[in-house]
Amino acid sequence: METLTDAASLGATLHGLPGVDQVGADERAARLATRSIKTTAKAQAIDMAISMVDLTTLEGADTRGKVRALCAKAVHPDPGDPSVPAVAAVCIYPDLVAEAALRLKGTGVGVASVATAFPSGRAPLEAKLVETRRAVADGATEIDMVIDRGAFLAGDYRKVYDEITAVKEACGGAHLKVILETGELVTYDNVRRASWLAMLAGADFIKTSTGKVAPAATLPVTLIMLEAVRDFRARTGRQVGVKPAGGIRTTKDAIRYLVLVNETAGPDWLRPDHFRLGASSLLNDLLMQRQKLTTGAYAGPDYFTLD
Amino acid sequence: MGVFEYAPAPESRDIVDIKPSYGLFVGGEFVEGHGEPFKSINPASEETLAEVARAAPDDVDLAVRAARAAYDSVWSGLPGRDRAKYLFRIARIIQERARELAVLESIDNGKPIRESRDVDLPLVAAHFFYYAGWADKLPYAGLWRSQADKQGGTDPRPLGVAGQIIPWNFPLLMLAWKIAPALACGNTVVLKPAETTPLTALAFAEICRQADLPPGVVNVITGAGATGEALVAHPGVDKVAFTGSTEVGRQIARSVARTGKRLTLELGGKAANVIFEDAPLDQAVEGIVNGIFFNQGHVCCAGSRLLVQESVAGELLAKLKARMATLRVGDPLDKNTDIGAINSAAQLEKIRMLSDIGEREGAERWSPPCELPSRGFWFAPTLFTDVAQSHRIAREEIFGPVLSVLTFRTPGEAVDKANNTPYGLSAGVWTEKGSRILWMAERLRAGVVWANTFNKFDPASPFGGYKESGFGREGGRHGLEAYLDV
Amino acid sequence: MSERAVSQRVAVRKTYKLFIGGAFPRSESGRSYEVRDARGNFLANAALASRKDVRDAVSAARKAFGGWSGRTPYNRGQILYRIAEMLEGRRGQFADEVRATGASRAAAEAEVDAAIDRWVWYAGWADKIAAVAGSANPVAGPFFNFSTPEPMGVVGIVAPDAALLGLASVVAPAIVTGNTCVVVAGQPLVAVTLAEVLATSDLPGGVVNILTGRRAELAPWLASHMDVNAIDLAGAEDDLAVACAEAAAANLKRVLRPAPVDWTADPGTGRLTAFLETKTVWHPVGS
Repeated sequence: METLTDAASLGATLHGLPGVDQVGADERAARLATRSIKTTAKAQAIDMAISMVDLTTLEGADTRGKVRALCAKAVHPDPGDPSVPAVAAVCIYPDLVAEAALRLKGTGVGVASVATAFPSGRAPLEAKLVETRRAVADGATEIDMVIDRGAFLAGDYRKVYDEITAVKEACGGAHLKVILETGELVTYDNVRRASWLAMLAGADFIKTSTGKVAPAATLPVTLIMLEAVRDFRARTGRQVGVKPAGGIRTTKDAIRYLVLVNETAGPDWLRPDHFRLGASSLLNDLLMQRQKLTTGAYAGPDYFTLD
Repeated sequence: MGVFEYAPAPESRDIVDIKPSYGLFVGGEFVEGHGEPFKSINPASEETLAEVARAAPDDVDLAVRAARAAYDSVWSGLPGRDRAKYLFRIARIIQERARELAVLESIDNGKPIRESRDVDLPLVAAHFFYYAGWADKLPYAGLWRSQADKQGGTDPRPLGVAGQIIPWNFPLLMLAWKIAPALACGNTVVLKPAETTPLTALAFAEICRQADLPPGVVNVITGAGATGEALVAHPGVDKVAFTGSTEVGRQIARSVARTGKRLTLELGGKAANVIFEDAPLDQAVEGIVNGIFFNQGHVCCAGSRLLVQESVAGELLAKLKARMATLRVGDPLDKNTDIGAINSAAQLEKIRMLSDIGEREGAERWSPPCELPSRGFWFAPTLFTDVAQSHRIAREEIFGPVLSVLTFRTPGEAVDKANNTPYGLSAGVWTEKGSRILWMAERLRAGVVWANTFNKFDPASPFGGYKESGFGREGGRHGLEAYLDV
Repeated sequence: MSERAVSQRVAVRKTYKLFIGGAFPRSESGRSYEVRDARGNFLANAALASRKDVRDAVSAARKAFGGWSGRTPYNRGQILYRIAEMLEGRRGQFADEVRATGASRAAAEAEVDAAIDRWVWYAGWADKIAAVAGSANPVAGPFFNFSTPEPMGVVGIVAPDAALLGLASVVAPAIVTGNTCVVVAGQPLVAVTLAEVLATSDLPGGVVNILTGRRAELAPWLASHMDVNAIDLAGAEDDLAVACAEAAAANLKRVLRPAPVDWTADPGTGRLTAFLETKTVWHPVGS
């Protein structure tokens, strides 16, 4: 694989991937969405989903206070119930990494920072690298970078590849999630090619979306990416993670993603180090559904913290 | 985290009320049959569901007379718009009772509730809606009588009484395919459901009553082969429509040769599903799975012969096996079941017999690890590789979840192998190259060609076979022709 | 005045043979039979075809099917029109042969003209029938779905008595859509002369094969042949038609049963569609 990264063979490799039939992919995702996950399976799925959440705030209005609250929630999602697992990470802008790192130290919850001129990615590479290094220096354990969609759509795969490898190097020990922004790539063929491009360039995770472009994560797009990581591992032996992000708000949505993982990439991916859900409001819905399963009565939002 | 185990998610069967015994539906009433009653069992548990009347020849005669009386006195004279309204009513009632009918179908047939709920029942209702709309538009269908009447009119006319015999694989859907166009065209019907799956046809009889359909327009007679033979042979029947095995189809064709009866047959198949190296592989895998494991492979148009280009065979088969390992076999009423029960002990025996022959002939047999329930009729999804055209599993219809894999090198070879069968019902082609799809579609001798998809059905789309897969089309404008004097 | 007194010339007679695969062989059986005119005068010895001639004719028809059905409809239409042109040039000869079957001169000429016009009528259908019999089907999903009529393959034809018009009315609709056929002729001499026209009309050999002989002897072999896809029983009497329909069940041939037909009336599209299969193709619509 490594020898195939000059511009021409990179293009040939990506265009040599099997095509994706959109209708067939949509159908498969829709069919898996009809799986009925009940009782013990639902309880298992809810805790699994909670432990995979990248609890996210990516607003211009974010403050250190907001991040502190988010970190508290991340470690103890339900203060009244210690059996609720912590989430996987918080996901924030780079300038707030130091605050989050301070609050999460020793908790096991990761600090994920978006970087590389999120969400558009329209900045010089030098600026992206500086931003990345700074976030890592401040304590980020994970970096969520965006790819240059303009370069990708123009067919300049080499530029996208080089940027990812450069950012990967700048990450040092931090894990690199590569955001494809599938809402701008539009076709499933593009999603598959971008997934492979990111994996070839060294991504630890491939992530659907910034959350700033509609559509964000969808089941069929995630299906395509799960097929890509599955096939990539079969080809190279390296297991890359997947993170759908944006628009995942309900427990039902989350469970559908878990079913998709289970039946596409397989159980090896049903772990927080290989599957994440980028979300904010999802967590409270998971908690409410969890309580319903425990108590038998439907829960109300006032009993769960707003952060 | 451990393996993600799906807990049982059974659909409630409280929604259906199965009576201990059922009579025949003749002239709008349920009546006793004169034959020895038979039992319909749940193939997933072998429990008896109900005792069902067996129509003797004199019962068949009564049903045909009832249909004739209804044809003469009401139905043939009813304006198309009124026939349409009855069919619309029926369609609506089916939608209203869809869940109940889906559960009943799964209990009686063994098919997964996901399919009866998401495929069979929506298509049943859609079929009645579709043909309801034709009932008052027949003169616009482009089907004219070739010999004008005395006034010079060439508008198509109904045939009279249709005797219809349907199989057990899609009991209610096949009923819809038969009854909806027949009634829309102004015929009345006597329908015989399959011996192992009579219950939804009897529920449909109740629906006819709820819809206030004039008595005798639809008659349902239950029984086995002898009842069907009596129906085919009855001189009062003007039209015979049969869906089932090619062998029985042949007998029926012979039987009506001596008469003026019209005949349409929808028979067996051994469809080739052709995968080229440039296919969208993941969707092709889904298409293969849907092609052969849909409805336990009890599908006349099942993609039972996989023809894969040699250059991509290894990669495709690896993906296919991984996918097959995720298939969930078991309780048809569990909402997560992908493959339900084999419809009958006899069918299970046939599948076993042919699979054993496949092994003896030297093909490589594979099934994913798969725990089968102890009671009921079950067969694990099965793949045969190293299959040659000369093997019986590559030629005979198995009608079960058994896929035979063959390879080819060039498009021409794919066409030759695909067409090298007495059947010609359906075929599949998978390639991203548009011109090759059309080239293949032109050359495949099959009534339905699914390109980059498989096992799709729609009331607007004609369905039916070439060669020994039968003649006539069901669905679409073409489906009217089977029930009109043209 | 005797004929000999007018002319000393002795006419060169024609040997009436079969028409198989574009050639004019005698029956492999070596048999022939006397053909007489309506008054009982000897006309010719026609070949008395056997079951093996049926077999040979079916293989010729099968061999020709791929090429003929693969021609463009426009090309098939041109060839059928060419047949009409060739017939027109032999009007007199055909009128004489039809008269020999007992028709009056006026009736014979009318039949020849009608037969020529029938070839023209069907020639024009070549590139139109698909537009009439096919459809684009509005299915409830993201699929392009269309149905097209396709030729069935080899059609066996038991031709009616109506000499030239009957033959045109059963052969032209079968072949114009791309089928090939094996015809058991009703009237032998007219049929063989038609074969000469077909042989000189750019029609590929094997598309039409014509056998003369006893229908009751030959038709059952056609009906039971496992490589014949359909059979037109237009010229079969009741018992023969039943026997053929029964035999046809062996490979589920499509059977067009005999029915009273006014061969002079507008033929409609019934004989075209009777030998067409409908093929429906699905394809997803996605980006």
